Amino acid sequence: MRYDLTLEIGYDYGAPAPALRTVLRVMPRQLAGEQNVEAAHLQVTPEPEEIAHRADFFGNPVTDMGFQVPVTALSARITARVERLSRPLQLDLSPGLSGLAAEVAGHRGLTADAPHHFLADSPRVPSDDAIERFTRDSLDPGMTALGAVRAVGHALNAHMRFDAGATDVNTPPPEAFAAGHGVCQDFTHVMIAGLRAVGVPAGYVSGFLRTTPPPGQKRLQGADAMHAWVRAWCGAELGWIEYDPTNDLMVGTDHIVVAVGRDYSDVAPVRGAVRLSGGQASRHSVDLVPLDA
Amino acid sequence: MRAARPAEDDRMDQTADARDAVAGLIGNYTVPDGVADEMIGPDGRVRPVWQPFIERFAQLAPDDIARRFARGDRYLRDAGVFFRQSTGDGPADRDWPLSHLPVILDETEWLGIADGLVQRCEVLEQVLADLYGPGWLVREGMLPPELVAGNPGWLRPLVGERPPSGRFLHFVAFELGRAPDGSWFVLGDRTEAPSGAGFALENRVATMRVFSEPFGHQSIHRLAGFFRAFRSALERSATSLDGRMGILTPGLGTETYFEHAYIARYLGLMLLEGEDLTVVDGRVMVRTVAGLKPVSVLWRRLDSAFADPLELDERSALGTPGLVRALRDGNVCMANALGAGLVQSRAFLAFLPRIARYLTGESLKLPNLATWWCGQARERDYVAANLERMMVGDAMSQDLPFEADGAQLIAGRFRDGRTVDPAAWVQAQKGAVVGQEAVTLSTTPVYADGALHARPVMLRVFAARTNAGWKVMPGGYARIGGSADATALALRRGGRVADVWIVSDRELERETLTDSSGPFRRAKDSLLPARAADNLLWLGRYVERAETMVRLLRAYHLRLAETGRTDDLRVARIDAHLRRLGVPRDVSTPGAVTTALDAAIRAASKVRDRFSIDGWVALETLRHDIVEEVEAVQAGDEAARALSQFLRGSAGFAGLVHDNMYRFVGWRFLSIGRALERALSMVRTLRDFAAPDAPEGCYDIAIEMGDSVMTHRRRYQIETNRNTVIDLLALDNRNPRSVRFQVAQIHAMAAELPGAEENGALSPVMRAAMRIDTRLATAEPAEMDGRALDALARDLTDLSEKITATWLV
Repeated sequence: MRYDLTLEIGYDYGAPAPALRTVLRVMPRQLAGEQNVEAAHLQVTPEPEEIAHRADFFGNPVTDMGFQVPVTALSARITARVERLSRPLQLDLSPGLSGLAAEVAGHRGLTADAPHHFLADSPRVPSDDAIERFTRDSLDPGMTALGAVRAVGHALNAHMRFDAGATDVNTPPPEAFAAGHGVCQDFTHVMIAGLRAVGVPAGYVSGFLRTTPPPGQKRLQGADAMHAWVRAWCGAELGWIEYDPTNDLMVGTDHIVVAVGRDYSDVAPVRGAVRLSGGQASRHSVDLVPLDA
Repeated sequence: MRAARPAEDDRMDQTADARDAVAGLIGNYTVPDGVADEMIGPDGRVRPVWQPFIERFAQLAPDDIARRFARGDRYLRDAGVFFRQSTGDGPADRDWPLSHLPVILDETEWLGIADGLVQRCEVLEQVLADLYGPGWLVREGMLPPELVAGNPGWLRPLVGERPPSGRFLHFVAFELGRAPDGSWFVLGDRTEAPSGAGFALENRVATMRVFSEPFGHQSIHRLAGFFRAFRSALERSATSLDGRMGILTPGLGTETYFEHAYIARYLGLMLLEGEDLTVVDGRVMVRTVAGLKPVSVLWRRLDSAFADPLELDERSALGTPGLVRALRDGNVCMANALGAGLVQSRAFLAFLPRIARYLTGESLKLPNLATWWCGQARERDYVAANLERMMVGDAMSQDLPFEADGAQLIAGRFRDGRTVDPAAWVQAQKGAVVGQEAVTLSTTPVYADGALHARPVMLRVFAARTNAGWKVMPGGYARIGGSADATALALRRGGRVADVWIVSDRELERETLTDSSGPFRRAKDSLLPARAADNLLWLGRYVERAETMVRLLRAYHLRLAETGRTDDLRVARIDAHLRRLGVPRDVSTPGAVTTALDAAIRAASKVRDRFSIDGWVALETLRHDIVEEVEAVQAGDEAARALSQFLRGSAGFAGLVHDNMYRFVGWRFLSIGRALERALSMVRTLRDFAAPDAPEGCYDIAIEMGDSVMTHRRRYQIETNRNTVIDLLALDNRNPRSVRFQVAQIHAMAAELPGAEENGALSPVMRAAMRIDTRLATAEPAEMDGRALDALARDLTDLSEKITATWLV
């Protein structure tokens, strides 16, 4: 499936922000065999005095920007054409959860895709007893790792209600879980905490969701802004799979990947643009339109 | 318990008296069984290296000892060395807990320790280079992957980045203990941002004051050479010629801030906080009063995670956005590299012996604390089965297991009193915890109640990378337990600290910080960070503000004493004026004065590296006096007298600052602050007390506020009237209390500051000051009515804002 993507982000500052530095993770990611970025363009206003592109530890494209003149408003517009390739349906070759632990232990090395990065607590995903209990309750004995991921995601989707106004970007996952509602970020963080608690390496994916559904289907939740979902490691054979707990589905060709990490703190689309004082307003809009539909 | 015996005496010159004195001193000194002692050797006799010291000490009369100890304590107090303690109600300062007796080590034994530490530094450097580089140690199974991947100390944004200096470690500390068999071992490596070297220096100075003559110092290794070598290595690793060197500190909130300020002053480095720095085009710049200036070396005392909110801990308010980017661009040498704390995680001690053999082919010369990582089944079972001699705690923690919040489980008991089964708990925790041997430390003598007592001791020693390789400081920072219990070592729980003497059997050359061999050269003028300038300005303002309030309070009490009536019109006017300044109605409590002085002390604390010790002591004395002397007295005459006393003290402070402070940029800001505050408060005084409708006698109050009673009498042969008051206190350019005098001062100071002129044109500050000066120079007293005074106050406020905008942000 090919898409035209438009993302607009804007900040207005109450008082001019001097010596602003920001880091952006907003460009769609090139993923061999999964996602092909045909063209991508970033336009920032005002034009930064410094701009540099690099990849971070997890291989996500990053843009570093610096402004030497005080900035009163900042906006970024990203346009891109991206093809998301459909992955052939695979047999569930993942091991059971006890076998998974052995496969994790057998994986040596710490490259970006190694499962080891995704088991411990991370800055925004602490372990939580309630989430762990809920996760264990959604598992059946003898489940494969993949089966476990689907079961946990499904149970969570049934347990939590999508509510765009109930949480904010800094709500801790245990709080969102206890309250039983949240947005894609909360669903994703809670599911990550649960999977890690039962030994499944789990991480965070940020990206986009197609804005309009295929004819006859329901519009997906979270398409108006940047979206988030879970990736989980299901053993050496199957590797990483992606699951969208907000919409209760295995990720297919409706999702465009921007960045992966342990949690939101690794992939935040914009860092450094939020000032501690002075007041500000932000804007954020997404359009992901399929070309072939 | 075993008792100590004097050394076998084979010298002819020792008198029987001296022998008796030593026997008296150590006769009751008992070392717990199964423990080594620093003073008493394995043969039960005083170690030879301690013998001369003990002989001399035994000769001292008790009152001489008390006098000497007091001398050391006074030095520390005057130098402003204190210990910041974290209590339930926030930080509190207490006296520096110096145990006056040094810990003495023989040079030969020390060389063996130093050799082992240098090897350790090299191994740790290689481990970091691998974990932030190719990653062989994990791939080869030398380290479990989860100890790195799940370690908060492993900073992914730095992975794959070679430090600009090519090295991760530049300054490292180690905690050492002596085992019962007399050998030394490492309790922990400190690679992140080790503290204590500055405290070691202060302990040395104080201890030398205590043990002045007849204690010989010629054979004690000095510390200055170590610091000189480290400083010169930092200079060489600078990434550019024009860049400055600084210490990066988390600021006043940290327990060791005093040490940062001390070391900065000692080594001539800038003391910098994250907000002093900014990154432009990949270069680290410091905001100074002369604009942005490059920084090429940072000795980091701020934890890595807080260094850059853009790429590291996003919640950090202490860091500098873009610092990681500057490192990536190779534009600043950081000592130590960001992320260097990884290798001080407790669990690493379990693997370091094997890693050392793998990397260097040699075993570690100094063993470390026996450590078992519970992520491995066999080790976990061992820990669970031997809990009574274990400390069990967080595997990834970078703190030492015996510090206040260290291990959770000690000798099978939970610190928080939990009653769950400890063995089952260890089994469930798995790789999250390590077991570490509950060690026994050696003891060293402390002096109390006329006798020596054996107390457990641990040494912190320091190694620096110099131009000639790793060098270990010949001395250290000893921490001594408050009781015989080795777990009581944490300083915050009542322990003491001591100097460490490495003693040679020959006379040593004297060393100083400065290399005296080269030609004389004056050091580069240090740059004044804008934040420091701001604090100096406010220090000047707050001290002046306190003084103004005291003058008003004194005027109040004098009038009260004179009439005995609070409804006297003058008394009421002073009262109203005070309340406008925020002083509460009950003026017998000078709470507002204390508040102003507290603010002054806070501002001064933030510029400790630039503020003289005498000035600091004077300021603290003022604060002390206002509470002790003034608060207790009766309203009226007695209060007025106490307040006059305070004013003499504050004149003393001003004298110190103005006579002794080097006429450099910082001093100018302090003086500008004082002049601004003085001008503003004089305008307010005139507005209230020189108003045409002011009750009779108020003109005198104004003159009294301006400390100008004598001058007025001499200058004006007529009775006090509004015009004479305005003339003397607002317009006279020779009266050091007049508004015009302050404006001229500000103008003169500003002219000496960077950026006074821009391309031949006057800067906004200079223009504003000049305009006010001209206005005051040409005004007739009668023109300066209420409206004119209000306009003058606005112009002064505007001048103050221009000063801030020009130099302080």
